[in-house]
This record gives sequence, structure tokens and C-alpha cells, in this order.
Amino acid sequence: MSLLTLDGVSKSFGGLKALGETTLEIPEHEFFGIIGPNGAGKTTLFSVLAGQLAPSSGQMMFDGVDITGWSADKTAAQGLVRTFQLMRPFESMTVLENVTIASHNKYRSPHKAREHAAAVVERVGLDSYMYAMSGTLPTAGLKRLELARALALEPRMILLDEVLAGLVPTERAPIIDLLRSIHAEGVTVMFVEHIMAAVMALSERLLVMHEGRELALGLPEEVIANQQVIDAYLGEDYS
Amino acid sequence: MTATDAPAAPQAPKLRPANGAKRQYTFLLIVIAALFFVPYILPDSAQPVAVRTLIFAIMAVGWNLMSGFGGMFSFGHAVFFGVGAYTDAYLLTAFGVSPWLSMIIGAVLAAGVGLTIAYFCLRYKLAGSYFALATFAFAQMFYLLSQNLGFLNKTDGINVPLLPEESWAMLQFDQDSKFYFWIPLVILGLAMAVTIYFAHSRAGQFAQAIRDDATAAESLGIKVMKYRLITVAMSCAITAVAGAYYSQYYLFVGPEQAFGIHVSTDAIIPAVIGGIGTIWGPLIGAAVVGPLSELIAHLLRNPPEFLEFLQGTSGLDVAVYAALLIVIVIFLPKGIYGTIRERMRK
Repeated sequence: MSLLTLDGVSKSFGGLKALGETTLEIPEHEFFGIIGPNGAGKTTLFSVLAGQLAPSSGQMMFDGVDITGWSADKTAAQGLVRTFQLMRPFESMTVLENVTIASHNKYRSPHKAREHAAAVVERVGLDSYMYAMSGTLPTAGLKRLELARALALEPRMILLDEVLAGLVPTERAPIIDLLRSIHAEGVTVMFVEHIMAAVMALSERLLVMHEGRELALGLPEEVIANQQVIDAYLGEDYS
Repeated sequence: MTATDAPAAPQAPKLRPANGAKRQYTFLLIVIAALFFVPYILPDSAQPVAVRTLIFAIMAVGWNLMSGFGGMFSFGHAVFFGVGAYTDAYLLTAFGVSPWLSMIIGAVLAAGVGLTIAYFCLRYKLAGSYFALATFAFAQMFYLLSQNLGFLNKTDGINVPLLPEESWAMLQFDQDSKFYFWIPLVILGLAMAVTIYFAHSRAGQFAQAIRDDATAAESLGIKVMKYRLITVAMSCAITAVAGAYYSQYYLFVGPEQAFGIHVSTDAIIPAVIGGIGTIWGPLIGAAVVGPLSELIAHLLRNPPEFLEFLQGTSGLDVAVYAALLIVIVIFLPKGIYGTIRERMRK
């Protein structure tokens, strides 16, 4: 059975259709990649899924529950959690406090919540920044923090919005390993990414979006060979 | 540990002890205990200033919860102060209710009013200056309301009758009694303890996360409206207690004393000067601001010889006071405590 089902989900802002009617089924434990040029509707799709934006039409089912029009907090509590492309740390707090905010939602006891958060901070490799103010982190650290907060909620499905963007290649490798290990634990992953090497290495299926709609969907190797995809996004030089 | 490890059951790493709530409670106890002796040191004539300062401090501690920790800038805390003050005076004169009970009733009423105002402001997504303006508008509404409501004696206000003898139940003592200082001191201590507790609690941490970034907080499963409203309710209740005590101490409350614009700024200024969103800011700010305005007024009323020409220039004290506040804000942009804390972190 699929974990997430979208049936004709769309989002319009005034006359602009940012996301056309999208129908999609994501089976449990899939590693699902999304690519597309800027303005293709990738982030809009995430915002609709995670409840920041209400869809203009369509229906969304998560784990057998209709989550259409749910608020973001309710969606997150249900186990569908997103990260933000533009990192949004709680700047008055340390890294550990940031993550503890998330784990408070899983553990009522403050002590347990803090211990759990510390374990997650360590897992994403931020242990040396544990007590640093989150606003002082470099970009790579903030990306890890976004991941850590999402992981602290122990999600069933995680929506990752460009967690590799802005990182130099040496910073990417450990994050890619981390994403693999998260997936290996049974978490379903949907991710938007521009770094094609990572997209090809991680995706089990790949969706290409263009101007708010699906341009191609399938196995990554098939999709990137698609002439339309090459024209719209990858360019002739990609091979 | 490398990122590739997949710990099925994460082992608890060595953790520094949780943020020093205990240290803060201890420090608070020491401060309050030290302040306990202030009435023995101060001349009787200075006691009213000390009591006023304590009332400022309680108001500011209340304001700071909502505006500092909650990030909802209130420019209308006079509403809650006034509700507390009028509840006390009205219940006492009309029904002979003990001020201690009225304090609680006033706090509950103010929390209710605050919840209603905040709910609608937040429901319609007012934020920042717009939120502040809306709260200001409500304060003006209450001001006009109190001027026109018959049972509140309209513009005449309510006099709290002076009793012939001391009474704990009615919160009245000899004019120079030290209890008039000690009682608000204990209230201030309790309000500070509530702040410390809240700042470290789950709800308080959520409130601060929402202040920093509401969208991110919501995406982590936090019910934004709920925790904002919890913060507002506590803030309004504490400020109302300050109002109730005001009525008891001055034995009078009228529209201006309860809902005047200056009441709202009285709640804001100590917190801003001391450090918004910090635990100790309002306390330090009140300790500076409370005596400062009195000191300036006193100095200008009885100027030393070389400032003789200032004699009789009415209103100048307010101007000097304002100028001093501006200077403090310029040099200590995050308030006295906030700026010091920031420098120490670096």
C-alpha cells in the first residue's frame, strides 16, 4: 500500500497556477527524487504536502488518513515532516535547544526530550556545535540542523528541500551517507535536489517537474534520457 | 561517531546539565532576600518611590512574558493593569471583597480579556507594529469605556475607603508600614519565579521557538496559537495583580491611572531598558527607571545652586528622563542585562 497518495492536487495563487493537478503514489519506504528548473513548483508541492499551504483542489492521503487541508503542526504530528530550503533556525537558542524543541513533541519528559535531541545532534554530526548558538552556524551546519530537527520528530516520511544546496562537495558526502542511513531505518524520503550526482545515486524513482506539472516520472536512468527532460532542465551537455 | 552509523537505539551521550533553572531560582531568592531590607535603609519619604518601582517591575515582568518571550509586542498593557485595578476597587467598594481575592479575580478577568484580544489579533494575522497598534487601540477603548461606565464612577474614579485600623484581610496598614513594600516584593518574587519556570518549561520553549520562527515551529508539530495564548494569559494575569495592588496602595483608581497611555509605557520601559526577553531584564530595568524619574524630578524641583535657572521649568524633568532613556537605548541596544549577556557570550 502506498504511504502517500496525491489525487489531482493543485495550488494556484490568484491566476497563477504554481502547481498543476498532480497525481502521485509514493509507496512506503521509497526514496523519491524530484528535480526541475526554478519555479517548477517543487517547493510549492512540499508546502502543500506539509500543510503550510492549503491545496486549491485535490485530495491527499497519508498513511490511510485524509490530510487534505490539515495545518502544518497536525501534519507533522502525523509523521509527515519537512525541512526548509532556506534554513529557519530558532536563533535565540543553541543547537541542542533547537532540536529539543522538536523532540519535546515526542517525549513529554524534558530530560528524555533533551537526551533524545542530543543523540540526534550527534547523529547528524553537529556534536561539536551542541551548545553553540544556532545563528552562528555556517551554512553546512544549518542544513544539518534542519535535518536534525526533522529527524527528532521520528517521522515516517521526510520531505527534504535541497539539503545539499550551498554545500561544497566534501560537505555533501557525509550528508548523502546520512540520508542513506535514515532511509535504511525505514523512513520514506522525498527530496528536491539540484545536485544531479546525488539525485542519481539516491533516487529509486525520479519526478521531473516543469512549470507546475509532471514532465517525466520513472526510473532515474530512463528519466534523464527523456528528450523533453533534456530540453527543459538538464541541457544537451548532460550525460 | 560518523554519520553512516545507524543507531537503532540512540545511546545517550554525555550531556551538560540542563540550563541553570536552579541557579536562577537561587539567585532570585538571594535578590528578594536582599531587597527585603530596603525599607530599613530608605528614609520613610522614599518608600513610595520604592513601592512604585516594585509595581513597575511586576508590570514589566508580566509584559516581558508576552512581548519578550512570546514576541507579541503589546502596546496596550494598560488594559490588563486597569482591569486588575478596577476589579479590586470595584469589588471592594461594592461588595467588600478582600483585595487578596480580588487580585485573583482580576488576574483571571485580565487573562480572559487578553486571550480575547490576542486571539482575534492573531487570528487575523496581525504581527509586529500592527499587533502593537491593535493592542494600543484596545487600551484606548478601555480608557473611554471606564470614563463612561456608571458603575465605575465614570471620570471620577473609585476611592478605596481608608480603614481606621490595620487589616491583613483588607490589605491596609499604617501609612508608613513596611508591609506596603514587602507585599509587592513577594508578588514580584513570585512573578519572577513564574518567568523562570516558564522559560525552561516545554510550553515556554515552544513559545520562544514560535517567537523566533513561527513557520518552522509549526512545521515541527507545535500548535502555534495554543502556546501563544498560554503566554498571553500569564502575561496579562501578572500585570493585573500589579494593578490590583496599585488600587490598594494609592486607595484610588481612575481612568487615567488605570488605562492611560503612560500605564502601557510604564510596563514597557523597564523591560526595554533592562533587556527584552531576558529573565532579569525587567527587574534591572525597573531598578534603574523607577528611581530615575523621581530623582530627576526631585533634582529639577530643588536644583543645586549652579542649576538655579532650571527652577520652576515645568515638564523639563520628563524631557530629561526621556533623553536619558534614549541614551541608554543607544549605548545598550539590547538593554542593560541583554547587552551584558551578549558581550559575555563572545
